[in-house]
Amino acid sequence: MNLATTYLGFRLPHPFIVGSGPLTDDLGVVRQLEDAGAAAFILRPLYEEEVVEEQISAFFHSESHNDSFAEATSYSPDPQQAPGPDEYLEHLRRVKDAVDVPVFAALDGHSLGGWTSYARLLEQAGADALELNLYHAASDPEASGAEVEKRMLEIVRSVKSGLRIPVAVKLSPLFTAFAHFATQLDSAGIDGLTLFTRFHRADIDVTELEIVRTFPLSDSSELLLRLRGVAMLAGRIRASLAVSGGVHNVLDVVKATMVGADAVQMVSALVRNGPGHLRTLRADLEAWLAENEWSSLEKMRGNMRFDRIPDPAAYERTHFRMTLQ
Amino acid sequence: MSKRATVDGNEAAASVAYRLSEAIAIYPITPSSPMAELCDEWASRGKTNIWDVVPQIAEMQSEAGAAGAIHGALQAGALATTFTSSQGLLLMIPNMYRIAGELTPFTMHVAARALATHALSIFCDHSDVMACRQTGFALLASNSVQEAHDMAAIAHAASLFSRVPFLHFFDGFRTSHELAKIEELSDDDLASLISEDTVLAHRRRSLSPDRPVMRGTAQNPDVFFQAREAANSFYKACPDIVAHLMAAFAGRTGRNYGLFDYVGHPEAERIIVIMGSGSETVHETVDHLVGRGEKVGVVKVRLYRPFSRAAFLAALPASVRSLAVLDRTKEPGSLGEPLYLDVITALAEARAEGVSHLRAEPLVLAGRYGLSSKEFTPAMVKAVFDEFDKKVPQRHFTVGIIDDVTHMSLAWDGSFRSEGEDVTTALFYGLGADGTVSANKNSIKIIGQETERHVQGYFVYDSKKSGAITVSHLRSSSRPIRSAYLVNRASFVACHQFNFLDRIDVLEHAAQGAVFLLNAPYAANQVWDCLPREMQEQLIEKQIRLFTIDAYALAKQAGMGGRINTIMQTCYFGISGILPREEAVAHIKKSIEKTYGKRGTEVVRRNCELVDQALANLHEVKVPGGASATRVRPPVVSERAPDFVQKVTAVMLAGKGDLLPVSAFPVDGTWPVGTAKWEKRNLAPEIPVWDPEICIQCNQCALACPHAAIRAKVYDEGALLNPPSTFKGIAYRGKEYKGRQYTIQVAPEDCTGCNLCVNVCPAKDRTNPKHKAINMAPKTPLLEAERANYDFFLDLPELPRTEVVRLDHKASQFLEPLFEYSGACAGCGETPYLKLLTQLFGDRLLIANATGCSSIYGGNLPTTPYTTNKEGRGPAWANSLFEDNAEFGFGFRLALDAQVAAVRHLVKLLAPHVGDVLATELLEANEGSEAGIAAQRERVAALRRRLRELKDPEALRLDTLADYLVKKSVWLVGGDGWAYDIGYGGLDHVLASRRDVNVLVLDTEVYSNTGGQQSKATPLGAAAKFAAAGKSVGKKDLSLLATMYGHVYVARVAFGAKMAQTAQAFLEADSYSGPSLIVAYSHCIAHGYDMAQGPAQQKRAVDSGVWPLYRFDPVRLANGEPPLHLDYGAPKINVADYMGNESRFRVIERADPERYKKFIQESQEAARRRYIVYQQLAGISVPAVEPQRPQTESPELDRHGGQMK
Repeated sequence: MNLATTYLGFRLPHPFIVGSGPLTDDLGVVRQLEDAGAAAFILRPLYEEEVVEEQISAFFHSESHNDSFAEATSYSPDPQQAPGPDEYLEHLRRVKDAVDVPVFAALDGHSLGGWTSYARLLEQAGADALELNLYHAASDPEASGAEVEKRMLEIVRSVKSGLRIPVAVKLSPLFTAFAHFATQLDSAGIDGLTLFTRFHRADIDVTELEIVRTFPLSDSSELLLRLRGVAMLAGRIRASLAVSGGVHNVLDVVKATMVGADAVQMVSALVRNGPGHLRTLRADLEAWLAENEWSSLEKMRGNMRFDRIPDPAAYERTHFRMTLQ
Repeated sequence: MSKRATVDGNEAAASVAYRLSEAIAIYPITPSSPMAELCDEWASRGKTNIWDVVPQIAEMQSEAGAAGAIHGALQAGALATTFTSSQGLLLMIPNMYRIAGELTPFTMHVAARALATHALSIFCDHSDVMACRQTGFALLASNSVQEAHDMAAIAHAASLFSRVPFLHFFDGFRTSHELAKIEELSDDDLASLISEDTVLAHRRRSLSPDRPVMRGTAQNPDVFFQAREAANSFYKACPDIVAHLMAAFAGRTGRNYGLFDYVGHPEAERIIVIMGSGSETVHETVDHLVGRGEKVGVVKVRLYRPFSRAAFLAALPASVRSLAVLDRTKEPGSLGEPLYLDVITALAEARAEGVSHLRAEPLVLAGRYGLSSKEFTPAMVKAVFDEFDKKVPQRHFTVGIIDDVTHMSLAWDGSFRSEGEDVTTALFYGLGADGTVSANKNSIKIIGQETERHVQGYFVYDSKKSGAITVSHLRSSSRPIRSAYLVNRASFVACHQFNFLDRIDVLEHAAQGAVFLLNAPYAANQVWDCLPREMQEQLIEKQIRLFTIDAYALAKQAGMGGRINTIMQTCYFGISGILPREEAVAHIKKSIEKTYGKRGTEVVRRNCELVDQALANLHEVKVPGGASATRVRPPVVSERAPDFVQKVTAVMLAGKGDLLPVSAFPVDGTWPVGTAKWEKRNLAPEIPVWDPEICIQCNQCALACPHAAIRAKVYDEGALLNPPSTFKGIAYRGKEYKGRQYTIQVAPEDCTGCNLCVNVCPAKDRTNPKHKAINMAPKTPLLEAERANYDFFLDLPELPRTEVVRLDHKASQFLEPLFEYSGACAGCGETPYLKLLTQLFGDRLLIANATGCSSIYGGNLPTTPYTTNKEGRGPAWANSLFEDNAEFGFGFRLALDAQVAAVRHLVKLLAPHVGDVLATELLEANEGSEAGIAAQRERVAALRRRLRELKDPEALRLDTLADYLVKKSVWLVGGDGWAYDIGYGGLDHVLASRRDVNVLVLDTEVYSNTGGQQSKATPLGAAAKFAAAGKSVGKKDLSLLATMYGHVYVARVAFGAKMAQTAQAFLEADSYSGPSLIVAYSHCIAHGYDMAQGPAQQKRAVDSGVWPLYRFDPVRLANGEPPLHLDYGAPKINVADYMGNESRFRVIERADPERYKKFIQESQEAARRRYIVYQQLAGISVPAVEPQRPQTESPELDRHGGQMK
């Protein structure tokens, strides 16, 4: 069965990509995943905050004590590696050396600044593509949606500037005019769009009066929101589309492909079931396609996207209205 | 042409030592530590010696250990070296005799430092080196940074040639830490000096089973003497070998040295003989005086041992009529200091043998100078030359101090100067934290590298670790700089902190027409009006140009907090014109990239941004013709301070300690306590503010405060007589002090703003959780009111110790701290334990303190934190050495036990006179509680009243000893470097006794005071100096080892994790009659994170199982209960969640993720195993044997008060 797909210009043997997360931190796990057939890897993002804040705070905590006291002009050996990009770049090089499939770096930030230039460093370190996370907390009452979108587009242009490798943008679903913004990103020249960023959960400890941050594994229920987003954009934009979040079993992959996804990114399912789950899913997909008489995955791709289904409103408000009634 | 570099003396020497060695044994000690650190760093980077091999580096447990390791390495055929100073050198002496006795080629490098006598000093003199004269080592002195480089090479070569081991030394700090431009020796230069034949000969003499010999035999009266004399010819040959090598060195490098170098008038009549950096100052002065036509000169001693009489005499011009021999050491009771005696002997022998070429028999004077880096200036040199002209010169004198007791000191004219007019001088006053010194180090390197000028950078640091003031002394000149003294006439002065203007006379050394750069938080047109009147007058009088910039505003804007160094550095170059502005800016940016590149691109970017903004924000302020300010500098200390503080401490605080005469000081190093309270440092921009309505009255803020700057009190409402209007108090909520008022009060001028109190505060406003019971707020608007509130608070009556209902961690904070406002780092993790110690037992406490952080913030002048209560009682504190603290404190106990035995004997003897009832009560007192102790104090008072009526000598003796009837608590305090490494043997021995001593190990897991070198307490995976790649073996479990004795009370505590357990352990340790050991987790700046998070990180250490909490109590063992009680549960967070928060671990993750991962896995597994093992140990009990007394109890216990309390 032909499961081949094209994502960000890469011809992949199947759509299963190891998504951005802890699985790519460990070279041993990365090798196991490649053995299980991973088509590509996306590294955990290099966060703007990680770059800036860790550098600055490490700088303050070491330098503010240096050259202060006669007996000790410093209190620790000179670091061999700066926090932030150097460490990340080194990891990227190691992963690249360890596997033969494409390795995508990821960058996460929300403001215009020097950090966007790290994209070129990632390229130089061997990243085959870049996934850019544009996350915005929307907590600033002074910032309008239009301003936020404008800044994000500027960030995209800044990142893409001078970059040869493909850039995918990963978005949250929280946009007033999601399709419009996605189209603008497409016009700005992005090569792919990943739907959607999963959020940390900020719970409340009602006794200690503290925020408790958790990041539970996803399940298939999270897929539905993504299906709607992809269905809305597939066929309307040039960029590749990937689903991230909620892909756990063969039917999830089938659905994602039906709405038009070129690739699926998986983390939770692999954390839960282990690297071998990739092999299982691939076999399951081949079996399902055969059983349902599809000659290839490509044939099936996009058959349920907005412009190919008789009632696109089923995805939209009427759907909710009917449900509520 | 040889390569030039701007380096300090330590690097200059280490660079040669490293390249000429194969085995290097190291141990940290100030000021030589950087030599060891550099070698370790070079080895970790794979740098090779001249034989293309990376030397083997090993940190040992002490200098004695390093010397032993070196001795072994030499015997086994390696070329070896080591580095040390002061007491460290003394610890090497036994092996030095051995190494010399075996005629072993070896060179060690010493940054000369004072030996501890009446006090410790980290600064320079030659008392350490002079203590090695008799070891058989050659002593070779370097006088400058260049010489530290050159002589190092000559020493290594000479030792190989002569087989005499060499001690190469240079002045600690003055040379070891001075930055200067030198011509570097290449590997080829070094190789040209070293004869491979001598290396092979050394190898052939090594111990090898292939050609076995033995060394270290025991010899008897029949042969020892002769065999000892067999080495004579090697010592006779040594000076010529050195002279020959110096000539060869000169042939290659053009730098000429002799065994004794004469500089001065060829027909000089007055000559100074001197060794070390002071000889450069004499050289400069001689040049100046000869230029004025005076017939003076200087003999610089280089090879001091073996002392070549012929070479010394040859160095003297025949015209000499008088000699002053200056020694940088003191040998009480001798006829003169060592160099003087050698010179006298040389002259006398030459005269006796008729070989002297001198036209007249010279008058020889002996002078002492420069002890503990006391300034030695051209004016003092001139005073020495002038002494010869007096009718009756002082045969023995001191110079540099005012001796108004034995009147030995020479007076000098402070206005005399010999520095050339071409020398550019600059002084910078900054804070350690603002980066002033690091910027100036870069500046001096830029000038050194980018111009042909010679440069000198010397840096003076504060005695405090928090809010430390630094003064940078920079010189540059077209001629070599020989000024081995501080800048005392500066053409450029910068003050990087506006608040210094009220504390220090920063323009004291400004030259006429100098430039003054001031960082001021005001607009340029407001700055003049904000200056104190004294400064305005100086600016006008000296016609100083004033420049100003608001550097803090710029730095804050750029997200650089208080780091203003690059701004001020740019302004310095912008104003001084040493380099064209654009060129200077480019070089500064280049140096930022070099210095901060490994800190990250964002750090570099922000610093460079500040460079770009600096000059645009620099303004010149027009200095008016007259002073307008009415504000004058406030007094240094309050007028309420005691006489000694006013007359001595205040002078030292004002930076004028050099002016204090000999008579101002106690003769034996004894110093009054309670002086820190008079030094109001006002370090914190924000201070904690208490909200009584939110507060749950847990006292955790007070317990965690490292500086005793936030305190709790309960008191009767009636005590509130006329409180200040803003003074806060609220009804106490608990039952134990029902009806009383409760206050938490901050000491606004003593708080360092570390935030620990806020972070540990558990009480939140439920309607607004970010508001806690303690919140930081800007100090300025609060200062006046809080100062009055604090004074009022201090005057409120203390809770009587007898009224403490249940003494625990909370109640401990109602007891007066007798350790306050120390100079420890802001947020220090050690000092809360010491403060608690003084609260619990302070009025009957003796502390033996190992050298280290705790002895520095505990005992470094001008002010010290240990203090007394209103009755005048408080901790008695002393520091002996680093290595002997356990034995030292043990000696306290021996003395106490002896005196308790004596006093009990006298009470029994005089019982018929003082009353049998009182005597019996005194002898059988139960002092197990504060009430019991108070009752015993009353009985002692009653005893004294009765003794007054008695006239016999026993009554007087009893009166003298009576206080020993009240039990004392002896604590041996020190860090992990002491307890785990250098002092472990002694500590183990003390624990193996049954004496009642308590050991508190403040475990920061590195040698904190000397800059974070690894100890055996350093945990697996932590990066530290000497373990840059992360420590590869786990931490020694000192406390578990101690439990193996069975009779030792042992606790492992972490106040940030469980304050109650900490306090309980302290109380149990004190109450246990045998030895006790408490190992206390102490977060430290060397761990590399915000110290405000220290307690939270302690909790993570415990929760992850990295730092177990437990108490092992032999009393429980005797009762048939399990002696080990675990105070922590099974690990509940991952070790990675603890390690990932600290830079010491994170740097390994960045450099080598796989290694870090391995460390994490091993640490995780170790934590798991540790808990399982401890859990099993905690379940073990041995049934008690009743009713017999424990058979292990020694008879001594009965005699010496070892009974259970």
